[in-house]
Amino acid sequence: MSAETIAIAEEVRPRLPRGVRLRHDETRREWTLLAPERVLKADRIAVEILKRCTGEKTLREIVDELTAAYGADRARVDTDVRALLAQLVAKRMVDL
Amino acid sequence: MNAPAKLAAPIGILAELTHRCPLGCPYCSNPLALDPRVEELDAETWKRVFSEAAAAGVLHAHLSGGEPASRRDLVEIVAHCAKVGLYTNLITSGIGITPAVMARLSEAGLDHVQLSIQDADPVSADKIAGYAGGFARKREVAGLVTGAGLPLTVNAVIHRANVARAGAMVELAIALGARRVEVAHTQYYGWAMVNRAALLPSRAEAQAAIEEVERLRKLHEGRIVIDHVIPDYHARYPKACMGGWARRTLNVTPTGRVLPCHAAETIPGLEFWNVKEHSLAEIWASSPAFNAFRGTEWMREPCRSCPRKEIDFGGCRCQAMAMTGDPRQADPVCHLSPHHSAIEAALGNPASAGEVEYQYRRMVRVPAAAE
Ligand code: SF4
Ligand code: SF4
Repeated sequence: MSAETIAIAEEVRPRLPRGVRLRHDETRREWTLLAPERVLKADRIAVEILKRCTGEKTLREIVDELTAAYGADRARVDTDVRALLAQLVAKRMVDL
Repeated sequence: MNAPAKLAAPIGILAELTHRCPLGCPYCSNPLALDPRVEELDAETWKRVFSEAAAAGVLHAHLSGGEPASRRDLVEIVAHCAKVGLYTNLITSGIGITPAVMARLSEAGLDHVQLSIQDADPVSADKIAGYAGGFARKREVAGLVTGAGLPLTVNAVIHRANVARAGAMVELAIALGARRVEVAHTQYYGWAMVNRAALLPSRAEAQAAIEEVERLRKLHEGRIVIDHVIPDYHARYPKACMGGWARRTLNVTPTGRVLPCHAAETIPGLEFWNVKEHSLAEIWASSPAFNAFRGTEWMREPCRSCPRKEIDFGGCRCQAMAMTGDPRQADPVCHLSPHHSAIEAALGNPASAGEVEYQYRRMVRVPAAAE
């Protein structure tokens, strides 16, 4: 089973749990997601998604916002957001 | 020196805040000659070191020991790490973490707790740690960590006395509310080397434990993250120890010596600089010990012409030293090493269970010959 196939409901409110931090790394000039013994580079899209994972917005709202902000295709954004969340949920770096 | 022209910044710092520890684990990675309390760096110096680490590009600070909670100023140090933006990880045996201390650590901005367990069986666990009641205390501390809302990692070191319960320790970690578990087969340095005859499991036992843990990894995916450090004595190729010498992390001893890895002092002739005399950035760039085995220039054959030399960097320098007497040799774990038979010999005749008594880690002066 690949992580991407995990179904995530529209109404979940993803959030970064305590102990997972999105941070700009001044030394390397990049965004990183910090977790126990893990440093993941976050690209521009990932940063925009993760900044919205506050536990307040639903998945649907996050996708709507990003679609509006970037004038992008909603289905495409939806796929990207789900793929990232599924990956991070498997690593226990995002809670739903 | 042979440092590359453009030196990458360090990612992690492991700070051994103290060597004091109430437990006596026979596999402890601390050196045999433990630093006494009177020589420990004070809180002000540690704070400066963490500020320098953050400025040098370090992201993760691992507060370790010994038992870091043996220091009264632990909370103050944690608060400083948080203030300078470091991701702060407390590596603890749990002993000394009272409810009040836990609350203050959480408030100070601690990011994560890594709690060691010795076994899934309470009697065996306390015997391994040489500390009665330790297992029960650890269960309570796990509850304090998760109760404070902090993420918990459980850490288990595997050796002969608990190898049959590697899987049970993963299950225990889940029951304790851990989001992550580290299952690490013993690495033979420091006290573990002294106790190797009592610790080394048979090849079959180690293999069964590895398979069980891998099975649980799949079973519990999304529930708990399993980081599995397999025993390198049984591998074909060595690990890139520390991600390569002086490439990613620094290790600071309780008295301020800065090492590329915790066992580096077992290599004779290396010159270590101290945070009392140099800044961390200076040490990272110019300390003779860091530059001694940085990159690949120092290598001998078979590493020098090996296509894997940028992958595993020739493995562990300290293991090469311990088993071949020469730190420039390939790690003897590598099947290409001319000294690989030394590993085969150690694996060939592990003593049977119960035959060998532990030499518990204790803070006593050891005779120079034993170092
Ligand atoms: S391994 Fe055991 S003895 Fe060594 S510092 Fe950790 S808890 Fe203490
Ligand atoms: S010969 Fe050296 S570089 Fe090649 S795999 Fe073995 S230890 Fe690694």
